[in-house]
Amino acid sequence: MTVLLFTIIVLLGAFVAGLLGSLTGLGGGVIIIPLLTLGLGVDIHYAIGASIISVIATSSGSAAAYVKEGITNIRIGMFLEIATTISAIVGVIIATYIKADYIIVIFGLILLFSAFMMLRKKIDHSNNEKTSVLANYFKLNGSYPVDGVQKQYAVHHVVGGFAMMFVAGTLSGLLGIGSGALKVIGMDNIMKIPFKVSTTTSNFMMGVTAAASALVYLHKGQIDPAIAMPVTIGVISGATIGAKILIRTKTDKLKLVFAVVVVFLALQMIYKGLTGAA
Amino acid sequence: MSNKIKHYLGDKDVQLILGTLLRIGVLVSTAIVIIGGVVFLSTQKNQTVSFQNFNPEQANFSSVAKIFTGLKAMDGLAIIQFGVLLLIFTPIARVVFSIFSFLMEKDYMYVVIGIIVLCVIITSLYLDIAH
Repeated sequence: MTVLLFTIIVLLGAFVAGLLGSLTGLGGGVIIIPLLTLGLGVDIHYAIGASIISVIATSSGSAAAYVKEGITNIRIGMFLEIATTISAIVGVIIATYIKADYIIVIFGLILLFSAFMMLRKKIDHSNNEKTSVLANYFKLNGSYPVDGVQKQYAVHHVVGGFAMMFVAGTLSGLLGIGSGALKVIGMDNIMKIPFKVSTTTSNFMMGVTAAASALVYLHKGQIDPAIAMPVTIGVISGATIGAKILIRTKTDKLKLVFAVVVVFLALQMIYKGLTGAA
Repeated sequence: MSNKIKHYLGDKDVQLILGTLLRIGVLVSTAIVIIGGVVFLSTQKNQTVSFQNFNPEQANFSSVAKIFTGLKAMDGLAIIQFGVLLLIFTPIARVVFSIFSFLMEKDYMYVVIGIIVLCVIITSLYLDIAH
């Protein structure tokens, strides 16, 4: 394949990944990695390196919009980033010791889990009656604008949430993904942070977490500029356009179709990993 | 569990500067990646490419020093990689900026937390893992 053809295919694929990623809330990485490995026969190491760059691009791009709205809780983000950055580096180290086939299988399983998380009913678990001692100590409680009025919220189970972030960070470093689905579980279900706040804060954290592992990947030679170039340009333009469409569209049907596609890709990845066809 | 809930409001100005910082970081790095891409494609678009096997030994520009060497030669791939590096540094700049904003709010606990996060990231810069 010529450089030009490769660039054009990846550019289009990354554009679609960025577009669908911002419309459905699933990160671009979940499409980028299967596109590169299954579609173009790129080695998983390079695919992970390219994916981690796309995570940073989408996170920084959308966080820019959210931060201005004042929904993101910078303290929660910063506090949990201690866990995600340390574990992201641990994830990268683990990746150097296990077989590429296993990484592909783990990626497929996380993909299935992410598809399921995307479709489930979102329940707001927030409870403002009480808060935990640790949440007060670390000043995690905050407020966010709802219809022009500041609504206060309380944070719970800080230790459990912090522990969950270790899992999210490890997988982020291991697979080159944002681990958005796991971060949201930690913040919604465990820490009982309101949905809007947890989604935007998780996105805000993703860039920092990915930056930690991206630097290690760079040194390991896994970030190839010839792949990173079309991925970065495609994902950023797709995500930007997606964010503009999102304001005007209902995405329920799209999510369902997308979930089917993601499940199909996941099964392909698992099969590829198990049969050693990687 | 205690019933006392303390709330902290994010400083609006800080939020605005942060948002702008992130946006500029993404825009500038994407622009540099595009410029590098144009240079790279104009010189090598008809070469064959294959990434089927991972060869870390042949890695293009896998360190900050190598990237800057390539930049001097106006190598397309080096320009792309420099843009990628800027993109990686955007969230890191955000952490640095947050540390300063916590310092201004005299929130020393969060200055320390921010510095811990920054130290972890700096560690990753110097972490050389064998393949």
